[in-house]
Amino acid sequence: MSEVNTNNPGDKPAPKPKRPKLPRTAIPEQPPKVRATNFEEVSLGYDQDMASTEASRCLQCKRPKCVLGCPVGIDIPAFIKLIEEGDNAAAIAKLKETTSFPAVCGRVCPQEEQCEKLCILGRKQEPVAIGRLERFAADWEALNGPSGKPEIAASKGKHVGVVGSGPAGVTCAGELAKMGYDVTIYEALHKPGGVLVYGIPEFRLPKDIVQRECDYVESLGVEIKLDHVIGRTMTVDQMVEDGHDAVFLANGAGLPAFMNIPGENLNGVYSANEFLTRSNLMKAYRFPEYDTPIKVGKKVAVIGGGNVAMDAARTALRLGAEVHLIYRRSREEMPARNEEIHHAEEEGIIFNLLTNPTQIIGDQEGWVEEIEVVEMELGEPDASGRRRPVPREGSERRIPIDVVIVSVGTKANPLLTKSTSGLELTSRGNIVADEHTLLTSKEGVFAGGDIVTGAATVILAMGAGKLAARSIDRYLQGQPLLTAEEEEAIQAAGNKAAETAAAK
Amino acid sequence: MYKILDKVDYSDDVYMQVIEAPAVAAAAQPGQFIVLRIHEEGERIPLTIADFDREAGTITIVVQAVGKSTRHLQTLGKGDSLSNFIGPLGLPSEIENYGTVVCAGGGVGVAPVYPIARALKEAGNKVISIVAARNKSLLLWEDKMREVSDELIVTTDDGSCGRHCLVTEPLKELCEAGGVDLIYAIGPGIMMKFCCKTTEEYNVKTIVSLNSIMVDGTGMCGACRVSVGGETKFVCVDGPEFDGHQVDFDLLMSRQRQYLEQEKISKELYEECRGDHKCLK
Repeated sequence: MSEVNTNNPGDKPAPKPKRPKLPRTAIPEQPPKVRATNFEEVSLGYDQDMASTEASRCLQCKRPKCVLGCPVGIDIPAFIKLIEEGDNAAAIAKLKETTSFPAVCGRVCPQEEQCEKLCILGRKQEPVAIGRLERFAADWEALNGPSGKPEIAASKGKHVGVVGSGPAGVTCAGELAKMGYDVTIYEALHKPGGVLVYGIPEFRLPKDIVQRECDYVESLGVEIKLDHVIGRTMTVDQMVEDGHDAVFLANGAGLPAFMNIPGENLNGVYSANEFLTRSNLMKAYRFPEYDTPIKVGKKVAVIGGGNVAMDAARTALRLGAEVHLIYRRSREEMPARNEEIHHAEEEGIIFNLLTNPTQIIGDQEGWVEEIEVVEMELGEPDASGRRRPVPREGSERRIPIDVVIVSVGTKANPLLTKSTSGLELTSRGNIVADEHTLLTSKEGVFAGGDIVTGAATVILAMGAGKLAARSIDRYLQGQPLLTAEEEEAIQAAGNKAAETAAAK
Repeated sequence: MYKILDKVDYSDDVYMQVIEAPAVAAAAQPGQFIVLRIHEEGERIPLTIADFDREAGTITIVVQAVGKSTRHLQTLGKGDSLSNFIGPLGLPSEIENYGTVVCAGGGVGVAPVYPIARALKEAGNKVISIVAARNKSLLLWEDKMREVSDELIVTTDDGSCGRHCLVTEPLKELCEAGGVDLIYAIGPGIMMKFCCKTTEEYNVKTIVSLNSIMVDGTGMCGACRVSVGGETKFVCVDGPEFDGHQVDFDLLMSRQRQYLEQEKISKELYEECRGDHKCLK
């Protein structure tokens, strides 16, 4: 990583200028042509000057709207003020009061849809770069050593089992450990982190960062048992019998969905999950140093328009392929984060918008050779509120292609749910959990994250983890679980606390 | 880490290992499989459970060395350890009293048939087993199979032991004679395909256990998909056992060959390094 480009090199941190005229501080990135050939992180992060300058843009609102947009309720103005003052240790400590994953969230949260969307500064100019500042504080700690642990309450003598070490599970475990519970996380894979290790590529979220944040949760006293497939190695019922006083199910979204078009089982057709798991978790991009192979053709088609599709496309590009993204709606309806789409475009992913695959055609040996697509136009809005794509008759064409990556979402994994008695499921196989308490139909069993909501974002899963921890705490103390009104009152009180902090 | 407690070489390519994995052994059922990883740079290898001992907390696997990883695994013995050992995975065999059941195993496929035959016997079935191999030296677990069977038939492709024929010949005779209620056929794809073709004529339900390429083994990646009755199924969560008359074996075998090229590269490099993994870096 020798070259860096700053979008506005003239933007030198100067004597503190008057608020709020300063433009948003650009973040240095690897230039597109360079990063398209390596797996190192795209975004290089702020240095101290950049961070202080950006932090100085924060208006320190008395009623900070940004906090309302954060699913875990981070005291945003407070940590930003500490960065502005140069007290990074205090800033990271402030963050850790509410989040166990600041280095992750600073990188992969859709801030533009959450905290930054509500930033008052955003009305007239660009909002404060909250995510970049969060990342700065977390990375500062990684370089300078841990700045102390949060307080851990005296042992409550109760044990909680958490299924899954993704963002929901680890957040819940961390919160419960701080409250004084014994917590064990059961992880099916051989590394902790869930989607953060198998799904999100190294160039967007380096794996040592995930490991560091999992180590941190272990340092709070949480035990992480790897290679344990709940539903197979042991069931949820056995967990209860074995003395877990409560259980939190956060086993994730699960099975990849396919489109059910002809040719989907040909050799060279991957689910995005498989392609990314091979590359990220199994390090197939370093084959043959690592044993797991991956097939990357010369021309790859990625089907879908979400963040996962962008990750798969940019991974294939880095493995040397020409990549065609095929999405049936227009760029405007793409579910991926703007920044990810922008990065993909910069790196040279070829976008085939308003295009839908109709079949995949193979050669004699059963390998992908071509993909047939049809042009689409947008009709009336459908149930999702987006305009429904309609095929344009007679517009079929074929693109020669040798690998296809299908990224059209996931379905609930039946492995755990089918082996658990008395667990109510939705018609789609997701677990039914109360919106305000995350309690399932089963005594002492709570559930949250993708297995309840379907595939969503890291931060929403973390929000569910925090909520589950609050509920489990009340449940284990024999207190009634909170009603919707009480939950709202707690959130309002949290905001009030933020106001008080901001006023100081 | 998971310790290897015992190892036996059956031939140059076929070996057995007994691995200490109490949590897996406690839950293991006939028909299920495990996923193991030898070391930090290793791939996740799915292998059918050949036997389990809940008291000793062990799982037995029987492996045929084909590529680099299974070759490397063969070099490990008593006292060595594996980085990861995950399971039991997949759905267990549906063990009931069906009446008369034929259990046919081909090559290393005999090993996974063994716990199924044992369970079927315990459930009160009359068990007729067929142990098949290319030649005498590749014949596996004849004695163990005899112990759990009412009748045992041995076949070799070259006639070096037992009957000189393919496994399909006695299978056809048994179907012809009638009175067979269920058939288990486990072995290489081609063997299962022809077993199913044979039994289809007589309309005897035939269960096969599919060994497709997998990564996680828990439903997440979809690498193991196979077409059963025209529908896409995941071997790891919907299987590994399916009604053989519904399985698209040509697709299964085609998908099994996906990484031949990479396997060759990997194996050649491994042999050059004589097993010293670090030399690849």
